[in-house]
Amino acid sequence: MEPIQIEKLQNEIDQFANKNIYVHLETTNGAYASHFDNNAYNVGAFIRNAKVSFDHGKVVGAGTKYRVGLKLDIGWIYAEGVNQYEKNENGQLLMAGHDREGRLMVALQLSESPFQY
Amino acid sequence: MEKHVVVIYPHPDDEAFGAAGTIRTFRNEGVPVTYLCGTLGEMGRNMGNPTFANRETLPEIRKKELIDACKVLDIDLQMLGYRDKTLEFEDRKEVATHLYGILKELQPSLVITHYPGHAVHPDHDAFGAAAIEAVRMFDEAERPTVWAQAISLDHVEKLGEPDVKNDVTGVFKKKLETIMAHKSQADGMLAKMKQEKVDIEESAKARLGSEQFYTWDYNA
Ligand SMILES: [Zn+2]
Repeated sequence: MEPIQIEKLQNEIDQFANKNIYVHLETTNGAYASHFDNNAYNVGAFIRNAKVSFDHGKVVGAGTKYRVGLKLDIGWIYAEGVNQYEKNENGQLLMAGHDREGRLMVALQLSESPFQY
Repeated sequence: MEKHVVVIYPHPDDEAFGAAGTIRTFRNEGVPVTYLCGTLGEMGRNMGNPTFANRETLPEIRKKELIDACKVLDIDLQMLGYRDKTLEFEDRKEVATHLYGILKELQPSLVITHYPGHAVHPDHDAFGAAAIEAVRMFDEAERPTVWAQAISLDHVEKLGEPDVKNDVTGVFKKKLETIMAHKSQADGMLAKMKQEKVDIEESAKARLGSEQFYTWDYNA
């Protein structure tokens, strides 16, 4: 994955507009958050292979902090804290945010075919 | 001497951090060991440091790391194909029956797993519980011993001292090598230790040099 360049990423997101696509969206602070810090809460949300179509998508932000929002027919999808992206060899657009230790905190991924596993 | 040891944990690397020394000691004595690894750790957060994995490449990377780690330990491996972070939502009985089917084939004398309710990660708790149910399905005369591993901060306070304490400092190099085989997962920990300027082997030995288990009491 590489650091986000906003024009390039915007262009990639546009490729998926108005198509039937599969979405992976997750956010997590890990299963050990409250094990290592008594005051922390374990939170996370995960959806894989949600079938949607969006009218338009937009990446907003600067530096190392970006948000990506997708406007659906009757709803929204967004991810906050994304800082890297990659278009992989399967044509899937992977966007993710990592902390300083390289741990994933948030991921939003778009694909025209279902994600594996 | 044990006849056959079966290790049941949900994630690639649970065997490395939790039981690699115990496993390697059994192998040095010539005891066959099989690892039933529940998932591929598909939902792991560690992507290497600097990151070299992503959500889609992580399963294959961790699968390879797991196979390498099992080579270091010189043990058989079965990957059971569940999905990381979903084990607690599976039907407990179904998972237990699945495990029982495999155990009946392998006929272990000892099963190593997590202590349900004291294993911190929901997958550890759920898979440990299923493993303990699976072993319960054996007739008492043929039932293998179970060593359950607790990692919660308050386990000694709640459960008392573990009755099995294996000093694994004698095979520690192999344990460290097993942990290193899980590069995507070990990177973060190693980077942190380097930052704190600690001697990695000495520091790891202090934290990971003893592997402890509770013998499960099926009559309790
Ligand atoms: Zn684990």
